[in-house]
Amino acid sequence: MATTTTTLQSAAEYGSDRRRRVMGIVFLALAAGIWLLFARTTAPGMETTFNLNPGGSQSSFPDWVFDTLTLLNVLAGFAAVLGAYQLFRGFGKRTNLILGLVAGLFLFGFLSWVASGTSLNLAGLLRATLIRAVPITLGALSGVLCERAGVVNIAIEGMMLMAAMVAAIFGSVAGLGVGLVAGVLSGGLLAWIHALLSIKYKTDQIVSGTVINIFAVGITSFIAAKFLASYRHLNNPGIYPDISIPGLVDIPFIGPIFFQHNIFFFGMVIFLALLHFGLFYTRWGLRLRSVGEHPKAADTLGINVFRTRYMAVILGGMMAGFGGAYFTLGSVGRFDEVMTAGRGFIGLAAMIFGNWKPVGSFGAGLLFGFADMLAARLAILGVRIPSEFLLMAPYIATMIILAGVVGRGQMPAADGQPYEKEDSH
Amino acid sequence: MAKDTPEKVDAKEEPKNFFGIFMHELTRGSLLIPILAIITGLILGGFFVAITTEEVYTTWSQSPLEAIGLGFEAAFKSYAALFNGSIGNPGRIINALNGGDAQAIRSAFNPFLESLTKSVPYIFGGLAVALGFRAGLFNIGAEGQIFIGAMTSVYVGYAVTGLPAIIHIPLALGAGFLGGALWGFIPGWLKAKTGGHEVINTIMMNYIAFRLTEYMLRGPLQRPETTNPISPFIQASAELPRFFGPPIRFHLGFILAIIAAYAVYWLLFKTRWGFDLRTVGANPNAARYAGMNITLVTVAAMSLSGGLAGLAGANEVLGVNHTLAPAFSSGFGFDSIALALIGKSHPVGVVLAAILFGTLRNGAIQMQIAAQVPIDIISVMQALILAFIAAPAIIRSIYRLRAPEQEDEGVFVRGWGG
Repeated sequence: MATTTTTLQSAAEYGSDRRRRVMGIVFLALAAGIWLLFARTTAPGMETTFNLNPGGSQSSFPDWVFDTLTLLNVLAGFAAVLGAYQLFRGFGKRTNLILGLVAGLFLFGFLSWVASGTSLNLAGLLRATLIRAVPITLGALSGVLCERAGVVNIAIEGMMLMAAMVAAIFGSVAGLGVGLVAGVLSGGLLAWIHALLSIKYKTDQIVSGTVINIFAVGITSFIAAKFLASYRHLNNPGIYPDISIPGLVDIPFIGPIFFQHNIFFFGMVIFLALLHFGLFYTRWGLRLRSVGEHPKAADTLGINVFRTRYMAVILGGMMAGFGGAYFTLGSVGRFDEVMTAGRGFIGLAAMIFGNWKPVGSFGAGLLFGFADMLAARLAILGVRIPSEFLLMAPYIATMIILAGVVGRGQMPAADGQPYEKEDSH
Repeated sequence: MAKDTPEKVDAKEEPKNFFGIFMHELTRGSLLIPILAIITGLILGGFFVAITTEEVYTTWSQSPLEAIGLGFEAAFKSYAALFNGSIGNPGRIINALNGGDAQAIRSAFNPFLESLTKSVPYIFGGLAVALGFRAGLFNIGAEGQIFIGAMTSVYVGYAVTGLPAIIHIPLALGAGFLGGALWGFIPGWLKAKTGGHEVINTIMMNYIAFRLTEYMLRGPLQRPETTNPISPFIQASAELPRFFGPPIRFHLGFILAIIAAYAVYWLLFKTRWGFDLRTVGANPNAARYAGMNITLVTVAAMSLSGGLAGLAGANEVLGVNHTLAPAFSSGFGFDSIALALIGKSHPVGVVLAAILFGTLRNGAIQMQIAAQVPIDIISVMQALILAFIAAPAIIRSIYRLRAPEQEDEGVFVRGWGG
């Protein structure tokens, strides 16, 4: 599905014995975690109740009640079997998928353990996870677009923040639609500056990203303090209502979780599909990736490296702008100073975690969104884990991935390197 | 710039002393760009103040000329407030000196000394980032290292009792250094051992540090009698001495910062290890062929860089606040990246840039009160100045400067791969 180099690399990567064993040990450790942390601390006969109707939905679906200890033992056993198979035989190319599955088993075990003896609205949690994953995934998709074309973008945070403010102001003055478009364009504008600095002026891309982050924090806080504090009507855009997909929303359990969201969620799904298809199955994507992997070769084949990079970075900025507009038009309905609170950087982490791939980024976005959602609800759930540690988890996980403990990611080869066209003399 | 510095300093006629190198770079023209960048940034900042002033855009439709006049007035008024808030009001200083009242004199000179006090964390933070740059490492994690350094030093500051100041202060500062150094060591070690890029790792470490600080201030380090996330006050024996009576907060930290700047200069340019460090930063392949221990240099440079950033946090805690609250840092670490670049990663440049930033930040408080210009204007100016420094071609085209014979366009160009 990728270029020849990547396929060769992945073959080497997946074939490596070390990675296979490390993954096997990781699976077994998660299985042991389910057993030691959850099953051993659960008294026999306790029951877990999962409520399967998210709050506010009409559909009624019976609660799911089961014996906690039995389920935890089954989960631990299943994870252990997967781990053992991975250790001795290996799942080959499907290893990452199985990793996701085992992580899911672990999280499900955790939730069952939390809810043992009481009830938990599982559907509500899943829905909240999806919602929290939206800005993270959009940020990650922005990163994927830029970095696949060879431009490092650490300014996702700044672009999101800017778009959040611009969307709030324009949304208040001229309606939600105008606000959304303005937000997307403001992200694109900052991205254009990033592109100009890093492609034309060949500034270090991290410096350029830092410039944009400082600028975005400064200007949004300035305008918020100078104008939005005194002119409240400029900061009251309202939010997009949820849309229900007719028919699908009536499916029990699944329906309210997946098919009743605002346009930011559906936009994310569409962009995810488009980007995945575009990057890996179209000529456009092949060109974009070739510019990120080997710009000189791409240039020799007649691809305009500079134009491709400009296009990718500006599109990436617009994607971040869409994600930024979510904060004001899709969630809070108001701009607050530095309201993105590091979501753009989590998006960057999700991109790395997702191995510079759109679908992988979404997976990572879900995982990080889950951590985010859980951290906000730990106190309500009565779990005595400090929420700060859960909020740290995405960052620690990214560092572990980056260290290559569970297999090195494949970043675009020319990521971060300015392209210098050679003169023909 | 990190790339071509070694040959600049070592191969050509070698200026030997602290300021010699600095003047050498100034006359070579490489400092002209930062100076012009700062001036341009300040002018654009004034323009920005003018166009966001209410009277200016309300009168624009009736009389553009009058609006321009009002804009100039607003910008002038803001910068006057900035000057009075950061350097001092000249009239007030003269009156105070004539009056001879000690309290009035202290108050009159306070703005200037407060600016120097504000610049202390910037000096340490800037040195931290600059040291990393010289070793070819991009330490975005200064902010997190500052948090950890502040946390470890505040702990030693309040929990250790019964020590004389002469022991307690170095101990608390040392704890701050070690805390920051640990936070720098981890990404340095990951970079050297696994190739994990220090930019991503330091960004991640920043957020881990923020969450850890939040947790500690709500848990183990929380002041017993409150429910707010704030630490107990440090012991009097751990407070950095202040040299003048209130309201002046100018403290020993400024002198320590200058000493640290000299130490970094000495280390970088006068020791063999510094030479190794700069070689690794400029050309890792050459360093490898020369038999230098790149792993050691990378890990040591990141640890040292983190330690310096940790001292920035320690100084804020021990010298200014005497306690730790989550909002103690107004983005020192992120600003440090900007000023290390503006100071061209040279200790003298860093100190000057840090004093400039400290002065601007301090004056901006007065500007906010007197001219209703939000303090965040400083961040906008910083971003503009940094953009001009990073892309000197913009400044050259504005001021019609000739491009230098030796290309120094590429400010520190590398990819993720490292």
